[in-house]
Amino acid sequence: MDMKVAKKLGLKERYSLMTRDLAWDTTYQPMDKVFPQTTYEGIKIHDWDKWEDPFRLTMDAYWKYQSEKERKLYAILDGFNQNNGHLSVTDARYINVLKLFLGSTPPLELMAARGFSMMGRQMNGAGPRVACQMQAVDEYRHFQTQIHSISNYNKYYNGMDEFAHQQSRMWYLSDGKSFFDDAITAGPFEFMVAIGFAFEYVLTNILFVPFISGAAYNGDMAAMTVGFSAQSDEARHMTLGLECIKFMLEQDPDNLPIVQRWIDKWTWRGTRKLASVGMMMDYMLPKRIMSFKEAWEMYVEENGGALFKDLARYGITIPKCFSQTIEEKEHVSHQSWIGFYMKPQATPFHTWIPTPDEMDWLSEKYPNTFDKYYRPVLEFFDAQEKAGNRFDNKTAPMNCQVCVSTMKFNEPGDPMEMCFRESIYNGEKFHTCSDHCKEIFDNEPEKYSQTFISSHQVLQGNCEPDGVDVNAPDFEPGRHMLDYWKLDKRALGDFNGSEDQKNFAAWREQATKN
Amino acid sequence: MTMLKTLAPYEFKSRDAVENYKGRQLLYVNWERHRMFSRPFVLAMKPETPFSAVVDEMAACFSYHPDWQHIDWDKAIWQNGNTPFTPDRNKTLAENGIGHKDLIRFRTLGLDGIAGTGY
Repeated sequence: MDMKVAKKLGLKERYSLMTRDLAWDTTYQPMDKVFPQTTYEGIKIHDWDKWEDPFRLTMDAYWKYQSEKERKLYAILDGFNQNNGHLSVTDARYINVLKLFLGSTPPLELMAARGFSMMGRQMNGAGPRVACQMQAVDEYRHFQTQIHSISNYNKYYNGMDEFAHQQSRMWYLSDGKSFFDDAITAGPFEFMVAIGFAFEYVLTNILFVPFISGAAYNGDMAAMTVGFSAQSDEARHMTLGLECIKFMLEQDPDNLPIVQRWIDKWTWRGTRKLASVGMMMDYMLPKRIMSFKEAWEMYVEENGGALFKDLARYGITIPKCFSQTIEEKEHVSHQSWIGFYMKPQATPFHTWIPTPDEMDWLSEKYPNTFDKYYRPVLEFFDAQEKAGNRFDNKTAPMNCQVCVSTMKFNEPGDPMEMCFRESIYNGEKFHTCSDHCKEIFDNEPEKYSQTFISSHQVLQGNCEPDGVDVNAPDFEPGRHMLDYWKLDKRALGDFNGSEDQKNFAAWREQATKN
Repeated sequence: MTMLKTLAPYEFKSRDAVENYKGRQLLYVNWERHRMFSRPFVLAMKPETPFSAVVDEMAACFSYHPDWQHIDWDKAIWQNGNTPFTPDRNKTLAENGIGHKDLIRFRTLGLDGIAGTGY
């Protein structure tokens, strides 16, 4: 008798059995009660089976690929650490970019993991649920690997160990926290546009490609390996976000205006979040690979522009903010650096004035703006520092009610003037940094009147370390900020004269001389 | 009209409502065309505080700028938000018509920052 050999499953069948076939419709409770989140935003879905899976990846294959990536990653990290890789970076100023990255990025990866876990529960369709679960695991992996790659630096340099405590407290981390809090408290479809689309396309491309290439250029193999290991997942994430947009648009014509509003909103929120990445590229990498302006042109104007052309057949138009982002690309990195430079007692990383040849690089990369608006003030700061009068603006900031950036951006068309916008809601004034943030506020004032603005919370007495009596007659809000933030005092101040600077020089001397 | 969509009623007080400041109110101050200070600063003051106290806070922050000592105070142009006004230093914030979360913008004609850059 012949053996009956079962036919090997094709990729498509296998995928179907391992994903969609595992789903079922509920019977004890109606489906719309089990999945209330997918209808309340106003998005109409008629047939979840029309969801096209952009990559037919099953969980078993997923684990196999990811574990291979992890093995390579940790082999490189171990090698880098064992060979004192931290001493091979260009100069100790570079390490400050890691401090900023550590505080701002891994906690947001964790928020993305939480968000996609929620999507994995909230979406009705089996296809998107499986994809969202995998993305949740990816995001968790990025959160862990980023921390692991930087933990070696934490053994030697100051200001890294309290990043988790600082995430929800530090003034300059509020913009990223607000971005994710806003997305995760929206419905699942808006979350997908916010994170799956705007965040992945606008933000992570610039963060993980040009910025991480910059890390490599500065000799940081650890950050480079982590960045590229993450980027291979990002391609999958971008495809998922785009698929979700196309799915919504194909399902019902009524979805178009809703999706368009979300694209407008989240492209702008992503742009605002990128201002500090621009500063990392233009000011904090000792050896620069490309300017933020060039990165913006390549990744946002060209790639993003092509994407919106592709979406035009569904009726999507280029986000309203697009022309303003093009104007701002020549300004935001400089405006951000000035904003950080002037707060030497309020960040766990150092700042400094670029060297003369670095200023020349900035002049060359920003021929329309750097010499005209930014070089003179930086040279003034430099002279003041050398005269022992380093700038330290001790005041607390005014922030935008929506993006929670400090109000540091210029009026469109006039780089010498500040941009202020104002709305009144329930008799109270609310300030925003731009027309686009104002529009976001005006569309949902109930939500944005809840924004947590740290400088306001300090003045309400809500930002004090344990043991401070906010009702005491001599209570003075903000007196204990360093303790509240758990800021390492060695990490404060200008880079010049810092312990990091001295240690790096001494250790490198030891490593290269007798 | 709001576009907010929620699964349940969503009614909360503003997080920065004036009653959260125990008798004080928020005030923002910006020196126009002096962007060296990056952004306006915020204060919490009682409405009965004289406006001169705001000027003292301005001096504490802005005097780092070389333009500060050249200000001709008689020619300074003041705005509360987008509305021109002339503050009286000896009167209180309330008497000067300054309310919770108002933004005082202060312009010094002829002084346009370091090398006229607006910074």
